[in-house]
Amino acid sequence: MLRKLFKFHGGVKPQTNKEQSTTTPIAPVPLPDRLVIPLHQSVGGHPRPLVQPGDRVFKGQRIGGADGNLSSAVHASTSGIVRDVLPAVMPHTSGLTTLSVVIEPDGEDRWGELDRINVRAATPDELRDYLRDAGVVGLGGAVFPSHLKLKPGKEGSLDTLVINGAECEPFITCDDMLMRERAADMLKGISAMRHMLQAREVLIGIEDNKPEALAAIQAALSASGEKGIEAIAIPTRYPAGGAKQLIRVLTGIEVPHGRRSTDFGVQCFNVGTAYSIHDALEHGRPLLSRVVTVAGNVKAPRNYEVLIGTPMDHVVRLAGARHDTDRYIMGGPMMGVRMPAFDVPVVKATNCILVGSPALFPPPPPEMPCIRCGECAKACPADLAPFEMYWFSRARNFGKTQEYHLFDCIECGCCSFVCPSHIPLVDYFRFSKSEIWAREREKEAADTARERFEFKNLRQEREKQEKAEKLAAKAAATREKVAGETAAPGAAPAAKPGGDDAKRALIEAAMEKARQQKAQVAPKNTDVTNPGVQAEMAAIDARRAALEPPTETPPPAGQA
Amino acid sequence: MLTALLVMTGIALLLGAGLGFASIKFKVEGDPLVDKIDAILPQTQCGQCGFPGCRPYANAIAGGEAEINQCPPGGEEGIRKLADLLGREFKPLSEEHGVEKPKSVAVIDEATCIGCTLCIQACPVDAIVGAAKQMHTIIAADCTGCELCLAPCPVDCIAMEPIAETVDTWKWRYPVFQIRHAA
Ligand code: SF4
Ligand code: SF4
Ligand code: SF4
Ligand code: SF4
Repeated sequence: MLRKLFKFHGGVKPQTNKEQSTTTPIAPVPLPDRLVIPLHQSVGGHPRPLVQPGDRVFKGQRIGGADGNLSSAVHASTSGIVRDVLPAVMPHTSGLTTLSVVIEPDGEDRWGELDRINVRAATPDELRDYLRDAGVVGLGGAVFPSHLKLKPGKEGSLDTLVINGAECEPFITCDDMLMRERAADMLKGISAMRHMLQAREVLIGIEDNKPEALAAIQAALSASGEKGIEAIAIPTRYPAGGAKQLIRVLTGIEVPHGRRSTDFGVQCFNVGTAYSIHDALEHGRPLLSRVVTVAGNVKAPRNYEVLIGTPMDHVVRLAGARHDTDRYIMGGPMMGVRMPAFDVPVVKATNCILVGSPALFPPPPPEMPCIRCGECAKACPADLAPFEMYWFSRARNFGKTQEYHLFDCIECGCCSFVCPSHIPLVDYFRFSKSEIWAREREKEAADTARERFEFKNLRQEREKQEKAEKLAAKAAATREKVAGETAAPGAAPAAKPGGDDAKRALIEAAMEKARQQKAQVAPKNTDVTNPGVQAEMAAIDARRAALEPPTETPPPAGQA
Repeated sequence: MLTALLVMTGIALLLGAGLGFASIKFKVEGDPLVDKIDAILPQTQCGQCGFPGCRPYANAIAGGEAEINQCPPGGEEGIRKLADLLGREFKPLSEEHGVEKPKSVAVIDEATCIGCTLCIQACPVDAIVGAAKQMHTIIAADCTGCELCLAPCPVDCIAMEPIAETVDTWKWRYPVFQIRHAA
């Protein structure tokens, strides 16, 4: 049966350059002297280190634990000694460092105890946790933790599971070779995913420039006899391997802005991911290695099975880098990013090490003004208007770029590829995106600061008020007490009840109290004296009474 | 003629009543301009602008009592945004109020801290935790880098450390530089 295929908007047809690296099978790589395994290799949280320098680790031992559910574990790719846990340069254009575990292999490559799971008896939640701890992430390049995508939608089942074997980017052939050589195992992984997602049908999309891979998958399919899985050849056009584009081609569904494919009952996985899911579920082996294409300026382009953490130059040496090599690009020529050094480690996202030289990738011609020819919009597979986004990115008018849906841009590079003015459009879009993210972070920080500042002011105000209230309450209590006291003896200056000058009353009451106290205190030392002394005291009192004015002046508070 | 007059008066009254109703019903609490200005200010709450916090400065700008170039943490970009918002002329950061610095956080040398609580009282965003005679520490995520805690510390154990760039905060450069580089 011939399935009706659809077309996605735009796209380009760059020279594929894939034949060179598909002539020989996937080759193993000898153990390097040192493995540098970054702990943060997937989208999401930074896994925390579980080992210390000096520890002995076995192959497959977990060395980084997933940090929350949006994260994925990291494992030792071979047995050996942990030499260091330190920030090391990561395979990222910035050349910045990230916390990594340095392992010196002992050469034995000995497996530790494997954490097995009974796939048939386990619940879907257990399987997902298991995959998270096995470090399985999307191997197509986005490295999104796979366990999070293996959830059926709200209805509890999925309509279509799309398996991405399109591999549209020039030079890269790792998925192609994996399909050719390991189709049967891959299919088992696909069945497991289908089971977890309760998917009605599975469509495996493969570009029609890979007939061998397609044949291998189809042979494996007929051998397994599973119904509802179909391998489909799709026209070769870059970027047919973009998730949205592949879904469009196979199912005709166009996922609109701000929605996810799961809203339409479709989920998409890479073929390499399917294979590692099989490896994890069936053999209990976590994701320790991946197939990497080494191509470009090398004598023998080829695919290698590379342990995660292997320095890139160690792999490239096997393929024979030419002398004028000046850079490594991780990924392909369209979407790849330049590496900051030659010895950065291979990570889960590394599908290809493209070896570059000035001859192979000459510096781009100088940027010319945009002539608004619209070629970029014609080529854009996301149906955007790159020239508008370029214009506003250039002017740093980021609000406007978002109005033109900058964040729907998949950075495929089609627009830069066709632009007659050689404008590095994608660079502008990356620049704008990271600026917008930075601003959002800043804004968030400012909002928290504002909130905390306002709260502090509120708190200080409240504390002041509480203090004032406490004082007032204390004053009121004294007043009451005094009022009670002055009322009892019925003595001279009675406080005017409820009068404005309650304060004066209070003062008077205090004076009265002091007077009384004084009166009481006065005779205290008189009872022990003899009559002679008493007579003397009486004489003094009489003299003082004569000196003092008849009305008694109250003594100052201090004397009381 | 009379009808026309009456009709016009009627319409005028009706519209007047409508407007009056709207002005009560849709009354905006607070000053929206101050809110807009406050949203641009960086909320460092450092007081370098000469006002006790960002909001008072926003009030002063809205009231025409302050220039727009008095906030060093906001820097040139902040001034530009204020100029845009208020339709005023851009002017460089006024020197008497300070200079733009890279974003930093305060760090307490925990061995030297004597637990005097003076810095806690100075911090405008309650980013310092500690108690009397106990070691104090700074919650880096909440510190705005205002430097207000530096001066009160009697043993000078607080230092400002610039925030290091990480992969999560790294930004792609403006492409023009790359081109010049390649050409
Ligand atoms: S292809 Fe280049 S020149 Fe043409 S409109 Fe797009 S950006 Fe401008
Ligand atoms: S890089 Fe972005 S804007 Fe350019 S063609 Fe691709 S999706 Fe469209
Ligand atoms: S100088 Fe800027 S950050 Fe500091 S208080 Fe004034 S407005 Fe806020
Ligand atoms: S800790 Fe210091 S620098 Fe940071 S916000 Fe508080 S007072 Fe300002």
